[in-house]
Amino acid sequence: MKPGSELINVLMVGVGGQGIILTSSILAAVAAESGLMIKKSEVHGMAQRGGAVSSHIRFGKKVYSPLIPAGEADILFGSELLETYRWLPYLKEGGKIIASLQEIDPPSVFRGERPYPEGLLEKLRQADPGLIALDALKEAVNLGDSRVAGIVLLGALSKLLDFKRELWLDKVKEMVPKKAVEINLKAFARGIELAK
Amino acid sequence: MKKLLSGNEAVARGAWEAGCEVATAYPGTPSTEILESITRYPEIKAEWSINEKVALEVASGASYAGARSLAAMKHVGLNVASDPLFTLSYTGIQGGLVVVSADDPNLYSSQNEQDNRHYARSAKLPMLEPSDSDEARRFAKIAFELSEKYDCPTLLRLTTRISHGESLTDLEERKMGPVAKKFDKNPAKYVMLPGYARTRHPLVEERMKNLKEFAETFAENRIEIGDKKIGIVSSGVAYQYSREAFPDVSFLKLGLVWPLPENLIKQFAGMVEKLYVVEELDPFLEDNLRMMGLALIGKDAFPICGELSPELVKKGVSGPDSVKEIKFDQTLPARPPILCPGCPHLGVFHILKKLKVFACGDIGCYTLAAQAPLNALHTCLCMGAGIGQSFGMEKALGKDAKVVAVIGDSTFYHSGITPLADIVYNRGKSTVIILDNLTTAMTGRQGHPGSGLDIYGRPSPVVDLEKLVQGLGVKRVAVVNPYDLLQLERVIKEEMEADEPSVIIARSACVLIPQFKSVRKKPVKVDLEKCDGCKICLQLMCPALTWAAKTEPGKKRKGHPLIDPLQCAGCEICLQVCAEAAIKREDQS
Repeated sequence: MKPGSELINVLMVGVGGQGIILTSSILAAVAAESGLMIKKSEVHGMAQRGGAVSSHIRFGKKVYSPLIPAGEADILFGSELLETYRWLPYLKEGGKIIASLQEIDPPSVFRGERPYPEGLLEKLRQADPGLIALDALKEAVNLGDSRVAGIVLLGALSKLLDFKRELWLDKVKEMVPKKAVEINLKAFARGIELAK
Repeated sequence: MKKLLSGNEAVARGAWEAGCEVATAYPGTPSTEILESITRYPEIKAEWSINEKVALEVASGASYAGARSLAAMKHVGLNVASDPLFTLSYTGIQGGLVVVSADDPNLYSSQNEQDNRHYARSAKLPMLEPSDSDEARRFAKIAFELSEKYDCPTLLRLTTRISHGESLTDLEERKMGPVAKKFDKNPAKYVMLPGYARTRHPLVEERMKNLKEFAETFAENRIEIGDKKIGIVSSGVAYQYSREAFPDVSFLKLGLVWPLPENLIKQFAGMVEKLYVVEELDPFLEDNLRMMGLALIGKDAFPICGELSPELVKKGVSGPDSVKEIKFDQTLPARPPILCPGCPHLGVFHILKKLKVFACGDIGCYTLAAQAPLNALHTCLCMGAGIGQSFGMEKALGKDAKVVAVIGDSTFYHSGITPLADIVYNRGKSTVIILDNLTTAMTGRQGHPGSGLDIYGRPSPVVDLEKLVQGLGVKRVAVVNPYDLLQLERVIKEEMEADEPSVIIARSACVLIPQFKSVRKKPVKVDLEKCDGCKICLQLMCPALTWAAKTEPGKKRKGHPLIDPLQCAGCEICLQVCAEAAIKREDQS
C-alpha cells in the first residue's frame, strides 16, 4: 500500500500488556515523519487490566475521524488470535491481516467455564487468503525476550506499507527501551524475513 | 515544527505556552495524562491534589494571586469541584483560570456518561471544545485569555477520543500572561457574603451577554460552506465524525460551545436547506437552537447514549441502508479487565465472599470484584460513597446486617474521611475496610497523601492513616496483611461483631509498584497427586491460575488447575484456600 496516495486505516488489536500501544505509536511516528496527516485513537484506563486493547491508526493527505469507520480497516494487525478474530468485521473487503498465533485465554476460558474458540485462523484466512500469520511469541522467545513479539509483527507490517526502511528502524530505535534496542531491531528484521 | 501529541499532552503544552504557573488535578480517566504531561515543564508547579474540589481551590488561590492556573479532572470530578466552581463564577479571577473537564462518552472507565456542557450553562461560564490535539493546545491558550478578559474561569471540555486521540500539533514558545502577581485585598470581589455576592451576580449576567457578543465573531466559531442542501452544526470529535461521513456538506463548527452565537447560528441556518445538529451525549446544542426557533434534526436521528462514530452520523442523515451493517460475533468469550495476579485485593474479597457479607464498594481496581465469579462487591456509586452507604444500610437493617464498606486508600483520602467522621459522630457501628495498596492503582499508579510520593516521584510527607482514623474517633483500628487469610477472616469477623465503628486497614503494596518486590515470593505449584479438581482456587479470579480439563483413569476430578510461573507473583493466597493442601511452595515436597 502506498501511504499518501490513499488514506490508510490500520487497526491494531490485542490484550493489555502485549505492547499494542507501543507498536501503534511506532507506526504513527513513522507515518508522521513521512509528512502525512495522522490520527490515532485508543482507550486507556480500565482496558489495561488484562482487557482487550484496540488502537486505530489512520494516515493520508487528510484525516478527519480518529476512529476507523466500521468495515474500512485496510489492515487488521492482531497480537492475539481471539482478539484478531473479534475485530474481523472491521476489515474491509480485500483488506490484509497480520496475525500472531498467540492465544491468551480470557477469564471464562482460563477458569475452565468454556473452551478457547477453535478454527479462528481458518476463518481469518477465508477473509484474507494472503494472511500473514506468525508465531510471533515463539520468534521473540527464540531471540531471547518474549516482550519483542509485537515488534516481530511490526516488521511484517512494514512489508505491506511503502515507508522507507530507515524510517522504521529509526523509530524502533527511538521508541523502545534503551537497553533493548538491539533485540528489538533483530525482532523487526525477523518479522520482515517471515513476511516474505 | 509539528509534533504528534495526544489531546491531553496538547492541553499541557498549551498551558505551558500560555505561561501557566500552577496546575492541579486528581487522577481520573480520561484526564490523568494532562497533569502527568505538565510535569515535563519545570516552570509549572504541578500537584496531585487530594480531590478535585481541593484541586480547583488550590488553582483558584493561585489565580487570585495573579498566576495563570489550571485544574484538570474527569467529568465526574467536576461534580466534586462544582461547589467552588459555581461561586468562582461570581468572584472571578486575577490570573487566568482554566478548568479542564474530560468527559467519557461510552463509559470506557467511568460510572456514568454525564455531559458537562450543562455546567457551562448552569455555572454561567464560557466553555471551549477542541476537535483535535492542535485545537486542544490552541484552545487551552485561548481559555486563559478569555478567563482574564471576562474575569471568570474558562471551561475546556475534552472527551475520551480527544484526550487519548493523537494528531499533529504545532508548537509555539512560552509567553507569560499580562497579569501581575500580588495580593488584591478586595472583599467585594473575593468575600462572597450575601451582600457582596448580590452585587456580583449582575456582573455575571453582564459578562455572559458580553461573551455572547464575542461568540458571534470568535474565529473558532466558523462557517465552512459546501453543499448547501445539508448544513451540520457540530463541535468536538462529533465534528470530525461528521466531516468524515459528509466531507462536502456545509458546517458550522463551534469552538465555543457556551455561550452560543445566536446570530451566526441563524445566519448558517438560513444558508442551508436542511439543518442537522450532531453532538455526542445530550441534545445540548439542539435544545438551545430550538429555543432560537430553528427547525432542525438532532437526537431524533442520532443516539443520546454512547459515543458517536462516522457510521452513526451517516446513518442518521442518510438512513439505515447507507451504512454497511457489520456484526460482531457475540458468542465469543469476552475479555473484561480483571485484577492482576497476586493483587492484594484478591484475598480480601475471597474472605468477604466466604462470610457472605454485603460490601458497599467504591471506585478503583477493586470495583472489578463485582464481576462473576467473585461477585463480592455490591455497590459502586461515586468516590467515597460506600462508607456513607454502609452506615445507611446499618440504619435501615440494624447492626446485625452483615454489611461492610470497602474503599481504596486513594479513594479514602479523596472522599472517605468525612463519611467516616459522620459514622463516629452519629454513633454508628460500621466496619470500614481500607484496601491500602499505597497508590492510586486504577489510573496508573499516581501518588496520594498516604503514598509518600509526589507527582514528580519525589519523596513527600506521609499521612499516618492509623492515626488519622483514630483522630476521627475510631477506637478499633486493625492493620492486617491481606495475604494472611486466617488473620483477615478472624479480624473481619471480630470487627463486624464489635459494638462500635471499626476500621480494618488491609495493607500491602500494589503488585505494579516497586514496593511489591519485598512481598513477592517464588511461584507456587500444583501437586497433581493431591488436587481433587474442586476449582475453589479458580474462584479467586487470579489470572495466573488456569484450568486444564481432562479425564484421568481412576480419578474423579475432571481436570486440575495449572499455575503459570511467569504470571504467578508468589502471593500464596491460592495455597491458603486449597482444602487438599495441593498447592505448594517450590521448596515443599
